[in-house]
Amino acid sequence: MAVQPVKITNVRVIDPSRNLDAPGAILMIDGRIIAAGPDAAATGVPDGCLVLDGRGAVAAPGLVDMQVRAGEPGAEHLETLETASKAAATGGVTSLGLMPDTDPVIDDAALVDFLMRRARDTAVVHIHPIAALTKGLDGVEMAEIGLLREAGAVAFSNGRHPVANSAIFRHALTYARDFGGLVIHHPEDADLRGNGVMHEGERATRYGLPGIPEEAELVMLDRDVRLARLTGGRYHAAQISCARSVETVRRAKAEGIKLTVGVSANHLSLNELDIGMWRTFLKLSPPLRTEDDREALIEGVKDGTIDVIVSDHDPQDVERKRHPFAEAHDGAVGLETLLPAALRLVHNEQISLPTLIDKVATTPAAILGIDAGTLAPGAPGDVVVFDPDEPWVLDRKALVSRSKNTAFEDARFSGRVKATFVNGRLVAQAGADGRPEIVLA
Amino acid sequence: MLGSPSHDPSPDFPPFTHRHLLGIEGLQPWDIQALLDLSESAIEVSRQVEKKRTTLRGRTQINLFFEASTRTQSSFELAGKRLGADVMNMSVASSSVKKGETLVDTAATLNAMRPDIIVVRHHAAGAVALLARKVGCSVINAGDSAHEHPTQALLDALTIRRHKGKLEGLIVAICGDILHSRVARSNLLLLHAMGAQVRLCGPSTLLPPDAARLGAHVTTSMDEALEGADVVMMLRLQRERMNAAFIPSTREYFRYYGLDARKLARAKPDALVMHPGPMNRGVEIDPAIAESPQSVINEQVEMGVAVRMAVLEALAQHLPNAHGEPIADEGQLP
Repeated sequence: MAVQPVKITNVRVIDPSRNLDAPGAILMIDGRIIAAGPDAAATGVPDGCLVLDGRGAVAAPGLVDMQVRAGEPGAEHLETLETASKAAATGGVTSLGLMPDTDPVIDDAALVDFLMRRARDTAVVHIHPIAALTKGLDGVEMAEIGLLREAGAVAFSNGRHPVANSAIFRHALTYARDFGGLVIHHPEDADLRGNGVMHEGERATRYGLPGIPEEAELVMLDRDVRLARLTGGRYHAAQISCARSVETVRRAKAEGIKLTVGVSANHLSLNELDIGMWRTFLKLSPPLRTEDDREALIEGVKDGTIDVIVSDHDPQDVERKRHPFAEAHDGAVGLETLLPAALRLVHNEQISLPTLIDKVATTPAAILGIDAGTLAPGAPGDVVVFDPDEPWVLDRKALVSRSKNTAFEDARFSGRVKATFVNGRLVAQAGADGRPEIVLA
Repeated sequence: MLGSPSHDPSPDFPPFTHRHLLGIEGLQPWDIQALLDLSESAIEVSRQVEKKRTTLRGRTQINLFFEASTRTQSSFELAGKRLGADVMNMSVASSSVKKGETLVDTAATLNAMRPDIIVVRHHAAGAVALLARKVGCSVINAGDSAHEHPTQALLDALTIRRHKGKLEGLIVAICGDILHSRVARSNLLLLHAMGAQVRLCGPSTLLPPDAARLGAHVTTSMDEALEGADVVMMLRLQRERMNAAFIPSTREYFRYYGLDARKLARAKPDALVMHPGPMNRGVEIDPAIAESPQSVINEQVEMGVAVRMAVLEALAQHLPNAHGEPIADEGQLP
């Protein structure tokens, strides 16, 4: 089936891959970008072309979210690839990296194949499986990195089960290097974390909750940095949460060690005080830390120490969240709030809009090695159109995601997705009430 | 007078207006004062032959204990019964939680039985506050993990006040496993609110991070903690603390942190020795000190019943139908 040509007019086109930030238009034919920018404004309109007036909104490469969890396979009541992809589309995310800690764990080429077929049949955005680094995430036996990569895995990760054994992690980094495999690690020392449930400090002490010291992250991150240097492997720290980690990464990069680092939009927008009276939706891993940490993370994004911003989308239902804080599961959904939450940094004049797009689209695509994150001619027609200033209030029940465990309940945002295109097709568009809705089933 | 429907709280202070007692945090000094004053009259009731009052007649009190407790549960039971309430004890083994019933499910089930007051002990911090949001009655925190144990702090304060005549200006040393202690947290909050000076003492592994930011003087030296103290409060050391390298042995612990005559000599000669119980004799306290005239450990138990009667009565004033009107059907839980 041929894809209808699309022209988006009257938009501010931002494409970090070409250092472009200018008023113009975007033309897509056969699902690919033909032109994007000032030069596209004057091009003719092909027959049967869908013309969309952007009304001065921003058009940018569709977002690439490196860290997403869905419940499929094993916990489809929390989220399926279909519902996650629809949540992604309404949030302007057109490509997502899917974490392997499902049931079963994605540690076999056949499972990667299964995910890709399910995604092809049910999802409205691009889904890229990230395979397990070790079999069953046991941290002992390496998964078949070569076969998994051939099957389509874009990276390898042990999910929320950090590899404690340094020798095994060293071998995995070294072996993955032969296949150009990216290793994504959750830097956390499980023993130092212990039974901790929130940032260790005065707040945890007042709540009587066991704390997670920042050293749980620092000790593991330090080790990982050393091993990245030793092996020359492609290492990516999934998320960092504290100021000292930013410092560690800054020093490592200055030393010339090749590594990349992510941070979640939650950690850029919230701190431990937001937990308030035991709000379990803000129980995250790594935990929300102090305001000083949050500010240091923003500084890290600004100066390039931190490479990407992720949603860390992690659907959990009330059965897993409606518990005393210490007993509730970690995680919050984030696909639909990644862009508006990250836009807070732009509105606070902490980073520029092109820098933001770079962190949520261009750089993650480059790290994952996928054909996305750019509006260069010939690239897939993955585009997000958003009004960076439109004010709105998040209604938890209106979330498209099957699970509603957002860390931004009733939050006020400025900036909302107006339209999302995947392969040149319109998949989500703002409805009459301004809320983006799925238009392509 | 306790039990009298026309009980008039001290005119100097606003009346006790809280619906629940979830912690000392959130109470104002006058709330604490009012509860302590009310407790005094409860002591008199408990010392009479006829101990029964009618304040809570017709009321249902459920003691919901997710964690085993002899002392606190029986104390709440007796307090409720002396005020005329129907008291039901529910011990919920943690295994039933594993069977899939969540705390919120339990709350909904109990709520449907229309209790007036639920007394809860739970092994997770914040659990009691969560339960309080899901039920339509008053909730009393009988201990939630390392968070709070407000009635223990109140009974400690009552014991101290009866001996020292005041709380303001006193030096209180709280010693032992501060990290895992709800008793220490609630006592710290209460004593600060009432103008006492608090010292926290224990090995660094058993002191919470940033403890000094709670406003107490924090030390690892018992000599320093006890110097000139008016009150010495010892905490129970859980035996399992030896497992995760918090301390090496009970023998070594007793040497440095157990209360013996030598260490106690640093405190004022008339210093009170307190312990929330149950005691590990020879671990945190020398048996001779526990039995000495300075020890008020058994008196604490008596004050426990009085304080819980006072809390029940104070909350009963504000039960939804305190003046006889029926409770409207609330329908779905929030």
